[in-house]
Amino acid sequence: MAIEVRVPTILRSYTGGAKTVEGAGETLTALIDDLDAKHKGLKGRLITPEGGLHRFVNIYVNDEDVRFLGALDAKLSDGDSITILPAVAGGALGFAAAAALLGRPSKHLAAAVSTKG
Amino acid sequence: MARYESLLDALGGTPLVGLPRLSPSVPEGAPAVRLWAKLEDRNPTGSIKDRAAFYMVREAEESGHLHPGDTILEPTSGNTGIALAMVAKLRGYRLVCVMPENVSAERIQLLRMYGAEILFSPAAGGSNQAVATAKQVAAEHPDWKMLYQYGNPANARAHFETTGPELLQDLPTITHFVAGLGTTGTLMGTGRFLKEKVDGIQIIAAEPRYGELVYGLRNIDEGYVPELYDASVLDRRFSVGTRDAVLRTRQLVEVEGIFAGFSSGAILHAALAVAHEAVKAGRRADVAFVIADGGWKYLSTGAYGGTLNDAEEALEGQLWA
Repeated sequence: MAIEVRVPTILRSYTGGAKTVEGAGETLTALIDDLDAKHKGLKGRLITPEGGLHRFVNIYVNDEDVRFLGALDAKLSDGDSITILPAVAGGALGFAAAAALLGRPSKHLAAAVSTKG
Repeated sequence: MARYESLLDALGGTPLVGLPRLSPSVPEGAPAVRLWAKLEDRNPTGSIKDRAAFYMVREAEESGHLHPGDTILEPTSGNTGIALAMVAKLRGYRLVCVMPENVSAERIQLLRMYGAEILFSPAAGGSNQAVATAKQVAAEHPDWKMLYQYGNPANARAHFETTGPELLQDLPTITHFVAGLGTTGTLMGTGRFLKEKVDGIQIIAAEPRYGELVYGLRNIDEGYVPELYDASVLDRRFSVGTRDAVLRTRQLVEVEGIFAGFSSGAILHAALAVAHEAVKAGRRADVAFVIADGGWKYLSTGAYGGTLNDAEEALEGQLWA
């Protein structure tokens, strides 16, 4: 059973630079275990020590977010395409900047943000 | 009613139009599956962001955090900036936008026309550079105020109080709502409202999948999840690549005469996926989705003509949603 997995640049140090790798497994957990056997350390970047999917990792099965398909228990089939991506909001650049600004100890920014109607 | 006291009063109340040609055909005697487009390009500055911009400014005023003459600082890559620029102009504020330089020329021209000032961060640096630029600006101007659309409850509330009720009134038989996922405000606000009112409704997100250059992240721990995001509001979430988004955007104008931006193509792609599933399952479906903005601001990308490969190339490294 072959499942194609697309790996983001920031995780390609685990796949010898490969953009896509192949794996097998009837569930996402099984697939990630299989990948980790071939690409040591990859699992630790995707799964938290508590056993859940890392907050800033999104995994898609055929372009659909696995968090809505049973997460790590999501069932996989031969020929499925898996995409791993960092979790980034649509307007990522503005968001990154805005979030960083909020980290500043500025009461002006905080005041504008804590707006409640 | 088609008469308003001012432009801001004309916000919302956008048309919901059926898509008889793009809706999938069903076998004889099977329940109908219909697609409906909410034309948010009919808002004052031409995008759905007018709703959030107006709500965020009004609530900041009412709670005393924003005073006439204040400067609003907002990192934004487009429509929110344009919407805020209009609201700021009409309400007497100065707007400064920090944005990456790889956004379309039309967006920049529009922002300047509405009177906003723009500070660019280099595209090459991705989000890290945008962060650095914004931090520098904020350090130099500690009195500027940010509305922070990613965590501002007024963003989602705008959709809870306007977009959601409008949809329910126009389409009481709604079964699915599909919108883009960016700040998540549209989906959170509209989704919460519809879930309270319509049993079994499915709320579906379509998020743009850009080339990795756009993200510019160095580490998996650098991801960003907006504070407004609550996964329990969603039932499904699709990642839509540039090619599919362009294909659907072209179909919208070629088949139904709706000239939209590429994020709307991505949303249609997800809407079609659920519509075809309903046909397969023999279930009735009224799938409403959002046309987030018109295509005018993206003409200079050249992605409306030529082959799909050309279009994909033209949009490489661009923020198209």
